Amino acid sequence: MNAPAYNFAYLDEQTKRMIRRAILKAIAIPGYQVPFASREMPMPYGWGTGGVQVTAAILGPRDVLKVIDQGSDDTTNAISIRKFFAKTAGVATTTATAEATVIQTRHRIPETALRENQVLVYQVPIPEPLRFLEPRETETRRMHALAEYGLMHVKLYEDIARFGHIATAYAYPVKVNARYVMDPSPTPKFDNPKMDNCPALQLFGAGREKRIYAIPPYTQVVSLDFEDHPFEPYRFNAPCALCGAEDSYLDEIVTDDQGGRMFVCSDTDYCEGRQAAGHHGSLSAAPYREKAGSHG
Amino acid sequence: MYVAVKGGERAIENAHRLLAHKRRGDQSVPEVTLDQISEQLGLAVDRVMSEGSLYDRELAALAIKQARGDLIEAIFLVRAFRATLPRFGASEPVDTGAMRVQRRVSSTFKDIPGGQILGPTFDYTHRLLDPSLAEGFVPDAPATAEASTAPTPRVTDILGRDGLIEPSPRADDGAPVGDLTREPLNFPADRDLRLQNLARGDEGFLLAMGYSTQRGYGRNHPFAGEIRFGEVEVEFIAEDAGFAVPLGSIELTECQMVNQFKGSATEAPCFTRGYGLAFGQSERKTMSMALVDRALRARELGEEALAPAQDEEFVMSHSDNVQATGFVEHLKLPHYVDFQSELGLLRKLRQEFADANAPDAMKEAAE
Amino acid sequence: MTTIAELPPGFVDKVLSAQSTFRSVMDAMARPGSVQRIVPMAGAPDTMMRGTAAIALTLFDHDTPLWLDARMVESSDLVKWLKFHTGAPVVQDCSIASFALISDGTALPPLDRFALGTSEYPDRSTTVIIQVDSLASGRGFELRGPGIDGVATLQASIKPFDLFERLRINEALFPRGIDVVLVADDAVVAIPRTTRVVSKGS
Repeated sequence: MNAPAYNFAYLDEQTKRMIRRAILKAIAIPGYQVPFASREMPMPYGWGTGGVQVTAAILGPRDVLKVIDQGSDDTTNAISIRKFFAKTAGVATTTATAEATVIQTRHRIPETALRENQVLVYQVPIPEPLRFLEPRETETRRMHALAEYGLMHVKLYEDIARFGHIATAYAYPVKVNARYVMDPSPTPKFDNPKMDNCPALQLFGAGREKRIYAIPPYTQVVSLDFEDHPFEPYRFNAPCALCGAEDSYLDEIVTDDQGGRMFVCSDTDYCEGRQAAGHHGSLSAAPYREKAGSHG
Repeated sequence: MYVAVKGGERAIENAHRLLAHKRRGDQSVPEVTLDQISEQLGLAVDRVMSEGSLYDRELAALAIKQARGDLIEAIFLVRAFRATLPRFGASEPVDTGAMRVQRRVSSTFKDIPGGQILGPTFDYTHRLLDPSLAEGFVPDAPATAEASTAPTPRVTDILGRDGLIEPSPRADDGAPVGDLTREPLNFPADRDLRLQNLARGDEGFLLAMGYSTQRGYGRNHPFAGEIRFGEVEVEFIAEDAGFAVPLGSIELTECQMVNQFKGSATEAPCFTRGYGLAFGQSERKTMSMALVDRALRARELGEEALAPAQDEEFVMSHSDNVQATGFVEHLKLPHYVDFQSELGLLRKLRQEFADANAPDAMKEAAE
Repeated sequence: MTTIAELPPGFVDKVLSAQSTFRSVMDAMARPGSVQRIVPMAGAPDTMMRGTAAIALTLFDHDTPLWLDARMVESSDLVKWLKFHTGAPVVQDCSIASFALISDGTALPPLDRFALGTSEYPDRSTTVIIQVDSLASGRGFELRGPGIDGVATLQASIKPFDLFERLRINEALFPRGIDVVLVADDAVVAIPRTTRVVSKGS
């Protein structure tokens, strides 16, 4: 039988070269979606194959990798991807944002401010911000070529007419370097301001849709809005029940079937760090570590 | 007191152990072997090889076993393995005219040179469940006859001799062979890439698309010019050797549809073609593929493309079952972060709606 | 005639050397004007600097048509080395090149002769790799644009002297344009099409 033998970081070198060239062009043209010949990965399309290919193309033995899904290092898909790279590339992994050199993420940007020597790799399902307004690639490509984004503004304006607000809560479109309208992936719009003038390099990989795009460090990223309806990040107005943070994005936890709710940080590393530093929320009587221990 | 959810790693390991257990099923029942799958579930193996784009019966059988018989999962396993294989080049075009035919039918002529050969087929079986197959069934020996030495020219070649069907475009030997697994796909796509996409495409999707053309969504008046199944030789020109080296033979099914004629003031009318090809015996797939191929030629043949099956971007973007299943199934991944953002917005809009429609507000508005 | 065996070697460790070199080039492209070092060494034929050789081994292959300037084309060892180690087809027409290698900056063709990409596909453009005298000393340049926190300064000795004036075509062309990688020995600086450069004089 043709027994499989796999390369460092899984991808073969020819594929890595192809992806690397696409990454360089993506950085040179901020916000523009570079087509690339996405490979079939040993995980399903839609589960991070784009992010995984980008990470595999940049990752080296000296990197420290962090993988998050919904802000958490402990969600099953994050664990699965982290294990994949620990196994195929033998890299060190971490859950601490500050220790990581490469962070692969799905749907969140860490709360801890990113630094210059870090790369944030986003998993992207639908890279085309205009796709839900115009399903044809031939058309959307033309719109980007001409910077013809009227359709997007019409859509946002129709929201305002109908609901009184722009009715986009996540994957909120941005304009990069005053040229390309870009989809930030389905991050909550709370995270949008973190993309602007960020010291870290941000790379976006869409495997099924075969696109790579980038925001270089220190690049202007503006959330689309109107003068009379300015962009507003959303955050549930409560402190984290575990660490008391008032500046972090919160997960809503349903605690019973009587309408009981609690709100805790979606970024588990941030939350744990704050608790370790002595911050407490209303529901964290005991140190976090002990609780985690008693559970496992 | 609230405890954050932990232990995902253990959960994954345990889930996979349980999966392995379920896959094996009742261990008092003998384990199915790859030979058994390859020999007795041969059409499943054929489909996995076709849509997995890899001609290897043993690996396809392994994939089917590993996937517990879920063929799309098996196709995915084969594709992921295929992506890691080194690539030496493209084979010479196979000559289906020289196929060692096991089955061959034409619906356009009563008799054809080389004859109609029914071969192994479900056609004309009465679909009655057969209890004798349940266990210990020994089939009668197949009927045999002297092997025919008569050539079996393709029906479309016979029509082509009289110019009754458009000529098949000659391949440009110098042109690179398109490969959508190595190059990003752009639209409009040439026919080589379209055919590759369809050959890898989901049988059910192509069946529905092909069927829709028959029901009038992009009708193209098809006749099954010929369907043939059998073995062909594969040859490869190694640059060092300088000549074609035989690599072995593979089983293929080919379908050539004879379709709606075209013509103009400057061109004599003639039939047009739709083409389907798949590994192994796969008639439903190749027939559907030929219908969709013909439908997708609308632009090239100056027809108005109004139906889904004629829409190249629609068909090619949604035909791949590995892509489709991944994206549909990704909805089971956590989305609570974006859902929370949506929830926040919805609560705000509902609050504003309630405030605006409250009796006080209505009173104020009336004043 | 040099045989293949006599040519300088490629990377000792193909996989990890390519990864390390790529990260240097990626960092250079992400932070225009910053000087990045290329650590892994390969043999470099003739007029090719070791940094250029490492970049070639990292990014070139059958899929990347390559244009060489006259001085490089003259060196049969260099052409042979590139062909053997990368397989990249050397083309005469620089408007279809994915990469161009320039060892003699004074003979740099007008930039608009290279592939500039199209409005639909601006990525289909030539990356021009120019070997320069120094990326540590020489004239001072002020750079602004994406990847730069305010202003970056670059001290460099570059031919052609007016390279940055020529690169001003990128302003009008954007999103089409030319991306440039400067190499001096093992040092590398990238000037993507978004970077705007002001000379500070000598």
